[in-house]
Amino acid sequence: MQISELDLEFAVLNAPVPMGFAPVNAEQWLTIASVVHDEGGRLLALWAGAVAQAGAASPEPHDTACMCAAYVTLEGVFWIALPLAQRDGQWIYPDISDLFPAAIRMQRAAADLSGVHAQGAHDTRAWLNHGAWPADHHPLQHNAEQWPQRVPTALVNYPFVHVDGDGVHEIPVGPVHAGIIEPGHFRFSVVGEKVLRLEQRLGYTHKGVELRMTQLTPLQAVRLAGRVSGDSTVAYAWAYCMALESATQTTIPVRAAWLRAIMLERERVAAHLGDLGALGNDAAFAFGLAQFSRLREDWLRGSQKVWGHRLMMDGIVPGGVRVDIDRTQKDQLIQLCDAIEKEVRTLYDIYEAHAGLQDRFMTTGRVLPELASRLGLTGLAGRASSQVWDVRCDHPFVPYNQLQVKIATHHNGDVAARVSVRFDEVFESMRLIRRMLDALPAGDIACPVILSQEASRGAGWVEGWRGELFVALELAGAEENHRILHCHLHDPSWQNWPVLEHAIMGNIVPDFPLINKSFNLSYSGQDL
Amino acid sequence: MWKIVKQIAQTGTCSEAAPDIGEENALEASKIQRELLSILGQALSIREVDAGSCNGCELEINALGNPYYNLEGLGIKFVASPRHADMLLVTGPVSRNMETALRRTYEATPEPKLVVAVGDCACDGGIFGESYATCGRVANVIPVDEVVPGCPPPPLEILRGILKAVRRRVQ
Ligand code: SF4
Repeated sequence: MQISELDLEFAVLNAPVPMGFAPVNAEQWLTIASVVHDEGGRLLALWAGAVAQAGAASPEPHDTACMCAAYVTLEGVFWIALPLAQRDGQWIYPDISDLFPAAIRMQRAAADLSGVHAQGAHDTRAWLNHGAWPADHHPLQHNAEQWPQRVPTALVNYPFVHVDGDGVHEIPVGPVHAGIIEPGHFRFSVVGEKVLRLEQRLGYTHKGVELRMTQLTPLQAVRLAGRVSGDSTVAYAWAYCMALESATQTTIPVRAAWLRAIMLERERVAAHLGDLGALGNDAAFAFGLAQFSRLREDWLRGSQKVWGHRLMMDGIVPGGVRVDIDRTQKDQLIQLCDAIEKEVRTLYDIYEAHAGLQDRFMTTGRVLPELASRLGLTGLAGRASSQVWDVRCDHPFVPYNQLQVKIATHHNGDVAARVSVRFDEVFESMRLIRRMLDALPAGDIACPVILSQEASRGAGWVEGWRGELFVALELAGAEENHRILHCHLHDPSWQNWPVLEHAIMGNIVPDFPLINKSFNLSYSGQDL
Repeated sequence: MWKIVKQIAQTGTCSEAAPDIGEENALEASKIQRELLSILGQALSIREVDAGSCNGCELEINALGNPYYNLEGLGIKFVASPRHADMLLVTGPVSRNMETALRRTYEATPEPKLVVAVGDCACDGGIFGESYATCGRVANVIPVDEVVPGCPPPPLEILRGILKAVRRRVQ
């Protein structure tokens, strides 16, 4: 794998999707960013990693650090690692947020967790650390054991950006919200009902996942990976397993890959059913919520019957899947698809024809394609703003290479467009599930995963319902008990949260829940 | 409009009977409801607080509102402010960044108040445990009356937990 104009050979990772790794120096770090940017590629993830990534013999974690980035081009994922040397008591690396604005928060998070700083970055406020631990303490650079058992919590005053002007006032919302949703803080600057500016402050659900991963064995850690964001448990478990399997050169049985895809598509449908109902409700159409929440319940009960868990948690395991589908279950699942699809089609007609609903959806929370591309909007929200990317279509691997997934896109970038993409994806997933159940290949559903003697590295890249998830995994060799040196789990919400700040501008406050829901971003998944 | 009416008519009523509490039957549940009403002088109002969950528990708490569980039909409703609540449903290992918010929400809830910890994380810290970032179980931060284990617990278990907590208070 190569990036054009660049004399850098990437070591290909053994994975079903094209992914490569290369250590770089500071100059290459910047060159790659601008080359990828000019070619229309995207920043997938940015994080501070473990030392072994640079391929160096591992010195003490305290003495050195490493910055990583993953970019996507039409060729696949390029993971680069930049070893950092301490200068004047600080680890610094070149800022890339001018090219990729999505990097801003990821750089701030890396500073909180690992004490690495982007040189020249404008926004250096703490992101994940709200004052719950000392600012000069960097959890990922220290051993967990060194951690003082109980730190007194002091609230730090967060310097929000203020908007001055005649009649401008602020509305603070959260972290405890009015609905049954995750915690976060929103600061609206408004004139009358109109929103001039929104500033988000997240990090409330930061649970120290990256550190916790290193305390689990590579085989156990899949449970935690599947709990990074509960609504995407299948996608996360798959992405983690893909990373582990790529690190251990494991090729899973074909049937296992098909069963994983069935689960992934079912997770997509479940999420869209829930959101389509909630979107109706937020536009004062309670009928939509009642109908879709009923269908979602039927759908989850179907999962309970086959996988023994309504959200299919822990269904994907390293090397394959935990549960097989027999003939009766196959028929049941197909019947469920038929029944639900029929009803969703009826509801689609109702949503389309309902003037009141369409009035709230159209032109609300608009993100034009140009802005979407500049800010790096990804996943389903991106596709609703002409960002035509979907891992299942761009790099089809087993079983997607035999299914010709039809990508769902729209160019209006408003709530209506995101609703439309969701409907299209439900119908397409239904088709895929039926096809996969019909043509399910015979064979084993799992194979053993043998951890390598040497230190190893792997990555996973999966199109979850919200967008693409990426997992980067670094394992120690046998002499260190194969422990997880580092595991970074990246949620597409990182890219999309900042875009939501733009989507609300010029809209009225009461439309915020609607716009917010049309994105439905994860807090837990990005707070980690 | 015609289509909407038709869809409503075809769907019918899907509410299921209130869940049993152990041996007891649905009658018992409605008895509890009556007792509940007489004690609280109103329907049960719940404030949900996500104190750091992975959002899996929220999905299942949300499901309580669907027509199958028909929570509002039981006289139980979710309210927007802790000041209007009789009960807090708390999920997640309490993240340190949410610790203060959870304490303040608890203080804002008027007496007599009940706290139900929903999910393995809320019961004992779950897979996240205690660390620089999390305080572990909810009881480490505020007093808890009832716990509902499960990851996430299915809606019926959550409903049982709610009724159990109320019943304990009634007795
Ligand atoms: S109990 Fe399970 S579903 Fe609930 S927050 Fe914890 S990990 Fe998520």
